[in-house]
Parts: sequence; C-alpha cells; structure tokens
Amino acid sequence: MKFIDEYRDAEAVKRYARAIRKIVTRPWTLMEICGGQTHAIVRFGLDALLPNEVTLAHGPGCPVCVTPIELIDKAIALAQREKLILCSFGDMLRVPGSSLDLLSAKAQGGDVRVVYSPLDALKIAKENPDSEVVFFAVGFETTAPANAMAVYQAKNYKIDNFSILTSHALVPPAMQTLLSAEGNRVQGFLAAGHVCAIMGEEEYHPIAEKYKVPIVITGFEPLDILEGVYLCVKQLEQGRHVVENQYIRSVPKQGNPHAQKVVREVFEVVTRKWRGIGPISQSGLGLKEEYQAFDADKRYSLQSIEAEESPDCLSGDILRGAIKPHQCPAFGKSCTPEHPLGAPMVSTEGACSAYYIHRRHTAPTPSICNP
Amino acid sequence: MLSCPFPISDYPYITMAHGGGGSLSKKLIDELISPVFSNPLLDQRNDGASFITPGDSLAFSTDSHVVSPIFFPGGDIGHLAICGTVNDIAMCGAQPSYLSVGFILEEGFPTNDLWKVLQSMKRTADDAKVQIVTGDTKVVEKGKGDGIYINTSGVGVIKCDPPPAPTRVQAGDVVILSGDIGRHGIAIMAAREGLELETTLKSDCALLNEAVMSLIDAGIELHCLRDLTRGGLASGVIEIMDTASLSMEIDESTVPISKSVRSVCEILGLDPFYTANEGRFIAIVPATKQDKALAALRSHPLGNDARIIGKVSSGDPGLVTVKTSIGTHRILTMLSGEQLPRIC
Repeated sequence: MKFIDEYRDAEAVKRYARAIRKIVTRPWTLMEICGGQTHAIVRFGLDALLPNEVTLAHGPGCPVCVTPIELIDKAIALAQREKLILCSFGDMLRVPGSSLDLLSAKAQGGDVRVVYSPLDALKIAKENPDSEVVFFAVGFETTAPANAMAVYQAKNYKIDNFSILTSHALVPPAMQTLLSAEGNRVQGFLAAGHVCAIMGEEEYHPIAEKYKVPIVITGFEPLDILEGVYLCVKQLEQGRHVVENQYIRSVPKQGNPHAQKVVREVFEVVTRKWRGIGPISQSGLGLKEEYQAFDADKRYSLQSIEAEESPDCLSGDILRGAIKPHQCPAFGKSCTPEHPLGAPMVSTEGACSAYYIHRRHTAPTPSICNP
Repeated sequence: MLSCPFPISDYPYITMAHGGGGSLSKKLIDELISPVFSNPLLDQRNDGASFITPGDSLAFSTDSHVVSPIFFPGGDIGHLAICGTVNDIAMCGAQPSYLSVGFILEEGFPTNDLWKVLQSMKRTADDAKVQIVTGDTKVVEKGKGDGIYINTSGVGVIKCDPPPAPTRVQAGDVVILSGDIGRHGIAIMAAREGLELETTLKSDCALLNEAVMSLIDAGIELHCLRDLTRGGLASGVIEIMDTASLSMEIDESTVPISKSVRSVCEILGLDPFYTANEGRFIAIVPATKQDKALAALRSHPLGNDARIIGKVSSGDPGLVTVKTSIGTHRILTMLSGEQLPRIC
C-alpha cells in the first residue's frame, strides 16, 4: 500500500537503527508526543532496535487520556438525559468516569452513538429535529478544524438542536509545562506529525530556542519514527536545538491555513485541565462568545462535579514521561483494559494500553533483528 | 427468484399475532417457512425431528445471529445463519447433516424481507447439503428486537478419527490460514456506518465444510481447526493456545490481507488481526504434513490462497507472538471488547 509499505521496509528500518548506533555517544531521553507514535513504537517494537543510550519517554499526546474525568462525567450525565443523543468518537466509550463509562451509560438506556466525524453528528441532529444532539468534541489541534466546522455549519444552517461538549487540548503549552517541571528528563522531542499538518512548525521555534531542545516533527510509521530519532540524536550530539521536519510529505511549513482559519473563527485559546497533569495555562480551545449557544456545558448548565481519580493510578507520571507503564505497581494487576483505573489503559493510543496489548509478559520486547 | 407466497397484501409486516400460537402463527409457518425448507423429516410436523444417526460419532453445535444490517455486501443474515453452524460443525471434523432454525421476529418486520432471508437460507443449506429438520418462530413487540434474530443448531457426522481439538495441538505443528482476513468485519462496518469506499468490499461469508473435507479426504492428520469469526485471527489462535497450553509465533508478512481491508484499518486505527471473518479458518497440522495439507486446501476455491502463517512451540503457555514486517516481535492479547475506531 502506497505511503505505508515503503515506511515499513525492514532493510531501511535496520539501516536507520545502525545509523543511530553509529552517532550516539552518551545517554539521551527523547519524548514522542503523540499517542499514535507511542502505539507504533510498541506495536513494531521499535525501542528494541534502539541503542541502550536512547530512551523514549511516552508523551501526553493521547486525547482520550488527557480528557479530565469531570468532563467524562458530564458526557455521561448528558447521555442519561431523555431525548438527547450523545455522539462520540469510538475510543471515548470505555474511558472510566468517576463511577461509570459511556458504554455502561449506553447499556442503561442512554442514546450514545459512535461517529467518525463531528459532521456525522451534525447530520444526526438534522435528521432528529425532536432530539438534542451533543457531540463530545475531544482532541488536539488535529480534530479541532472538523469540530469547528460542525459548529460553524450548525450556526449558519440554524441547526439549533446541535451542540458540542468540548475538550480540546493544545500541544505546545503541554511541552512547555513538561520542560519547566522539576526533574524533567526530556532532552528532545518527536513532535506530532498530524498536529503539525494543521498548525505548521511556527509555534515550535520559540520552544526549541527557549529550552534548548531539538524538536523533530515526525510521522507515524516505523521508518518515520527511526528517522525522527536519528535527526533528534544527531542534533543533541552536535549541541544543536532547532525545529526539523521529518514528516515533509504531510507537513508544510505553514500547516493548513484553511483549517487554522475555521478554528480561529469558532474557538479561542483557554486554560484547561489535563487528566493526570492538572491545569495548564492557555492549553485548550473553548467556543468563542458568538458560538456559546453551541456549548453543551452552558446549554445544559452541567454541574461541575469534583471527581476523584483512583489513588493507585499513576497515569500523571506516565503522561509526563516520568515512568513507563509497566513500572506502575497497578499495571496488569488491578489495572487492565477490562478494568482500567485510568484512561491510558483504555485508548488504543494510551501508553498503558499499548504496553499491555503488545508486551504483556516482558518489557522491552526482545528483538530477533540484528541491526 | 420465486415470489413470496404469503398474502403480503394482508400482512406486509409481521404482527404479534404471527407469534401468538394461533391461526396466524400456523399460516406463517405453513405458508411461508415450511414450504421453503420442505423435506421428509420436517414435513412430519412433529415437535422435533426423529432420525437414525448416520454415523457413530456426531458433532453438535449452535450459533445465534444478530447481524445489522441484515442485508450486507456479500451476504445476509440467512446466509450467515446457515454458514455459522455448518462451519462450526465442520471445525469438529464433521460433515453437517441436520439443522434446526429458531427465528425471533420483531413486530413490524417486513414479510418480504423474511421471504428473502428464507430463500437465502434455503440456497445456502442446499449448497451445504444439510436439511433443516425442525424449527421455531417467536415474535416480540416492536422495539424489543432488531427486526430478526436467527439461531441455528445442527448435528454432523465426524469424518476423522480422532477428531481435531485444541488439546491435540503439539509443539512443532504448523498453522495454515485458508485465505485473506478481515473482509466480513470491514464490509459490515462500512455498510453499518455508511463509509464510502472506492471499491465495494464484500463479506467473506462462506461455507467451509467442503474445504475442510478436502483436508480430511487427503488423509491429513488434523490437530485443530478453528473458523475465525468475531475477534478475528488473533482471538482464534489465542483461545487455542490457551487451551493447549502452548505458544505460537505468527509471521505477519505471511498473513494475506486485501488492500481495501488494510486501507480501512489504517484509516480507522483498527487491527485486521482482530477483525471478524465468516469464511476463513485455520488448520493446525503436523509439520510433516504441511505440503500435502496446503496442496489439498489450495485445490478448493475457498483455500486457493492458503498459507502457512506460523508455528506452535512449547514456550510460554498461551503466548502468541507476531514477527512484525520489520523483524521485531509483538505479543497478541485478547481484546476486552469490540475494536473501537480511534479519534485521529
């Protein structure tokens, strides 16, 4: 398959692994931002191909994982209302709220529907004028344009029974929070390719400069990730810290200006809470004043419930890259995909789930490949 | 195609009275269902079918079908309901003989759709050379069902001795996959969710009894057979290794997956190893018989793309690993539920 097979070519992957071994002289800790990258690393056992000097810390870029528990509870409360259809991306359904998840709310009679796009939810609203339709708008910069477009169209076509429960997170403020944290170990980033396909590379230059960290915009296939690691290690070894783009085939320097425009039209930057990390200033997107009528939180005056996280769940440390999933005492014991204590064990992009699914018995995965 | 003999003008939809045990129930069975499946055993109109067992060892299996939509590219719920039980019996190393059929119909279900489903079941049963010899029909109130549910059960005569079973799998055995995986799951998802694909992806729903018989007729010692339905290839092999307390390694590059299935899985973040099939199976056989088994299977149209995908070893009990396309290893585990499409 074009754009897949050539980036999973075993020989090319081994060549990059050898090249990394050749240039590395001392220990480095890199963080891949995106959950999709974490999943690829674990699924293909890419970390087993790296020299011992290179450690990959898994970042907070799983939208499901960082959605605050309070918001999950709000989505569940909405799903339990009469004549209300809650639409969501599939992998939000199993994320535990403080007492239920959306799958259980559905089993108890809630009208919860999986959609592939917010525009599908808008269509459901058009087709069900007697019901209220709420889309659970979760995601990073990647999903923001489509969510913005759904709200924009709802306003313009006067689809008044549609609204969104928004939980949009922005990557650069989270990177800065991680870099400023006491005991930070991250020395270089593999930035999330899809986020940059929308936003471009502009906002990463000041971060690379201020914190003296190399930032390599990286794709999601094995070869992408190894090339990203290679470029990042090369910069570190040379004492450089600039923004580089490994994912040129998808990420133009300026990103996607049309997508950015619709996001700016509908959303404004707000402070938001990240599950496991806490509030981060100016790190989320909220609906602008003129689109407030489509804010489900306000429309239904949802009570803010102070929800408790399980004390045994160390997802905060995992999302900050401080520990690996299998280092959490609950991992694979009291916390499994069937009974997750925290969101990273639920989503396929969550680091705990990726570790559990692909390397239940051992970590790291033994490699039979001799790079 | 024959037209529906039922007076549709009077009853274009199933009513509660069709399940009430009175004259309308009798009419539904006498005029619509029984004539389609007519055979001497069914026509005795007994509470059950009485027959002389056609062999010493029998296999018995059951399967319920709740698929939505009921008509999908490559099949329908009727076709699936016959294939499901026939295939389960075939996986016991048996040739299916007799089936029972239980319908649960929802009030308001179009009679014409029931007719189409019955016709499809009849065609599939004829292809499988099985007879439907007993059955039952119930009607539930509107809103308490999803149009139509079908249960089929059946018996078949075991054709190999000893019959295949997970407990017979041994270290050193090879795993043969009968063809490409994931088409049923993706075709259903595309039909259900209205995904517009460039090509029409059809379900692989098919009868596997003849393909299995080609292995038995070739005298292959079958250690285990498993049709890969819900949960896909991954769940099938994990279940077997769990029961056998053995370990298996699958070579990812040998597992055939069509371009369409791969593309949809890549877009939605699904894993074809966990995606449902309805016309694929694995055969676990001694390594010494692998060439003969492959040749036998490839002689059948449903097995012409059969491949050896892995090997059984005496490693960690229940452990299934995959050698990835880049030469590393990953572990396959059971999913806790259905695969859910990811956000981005």
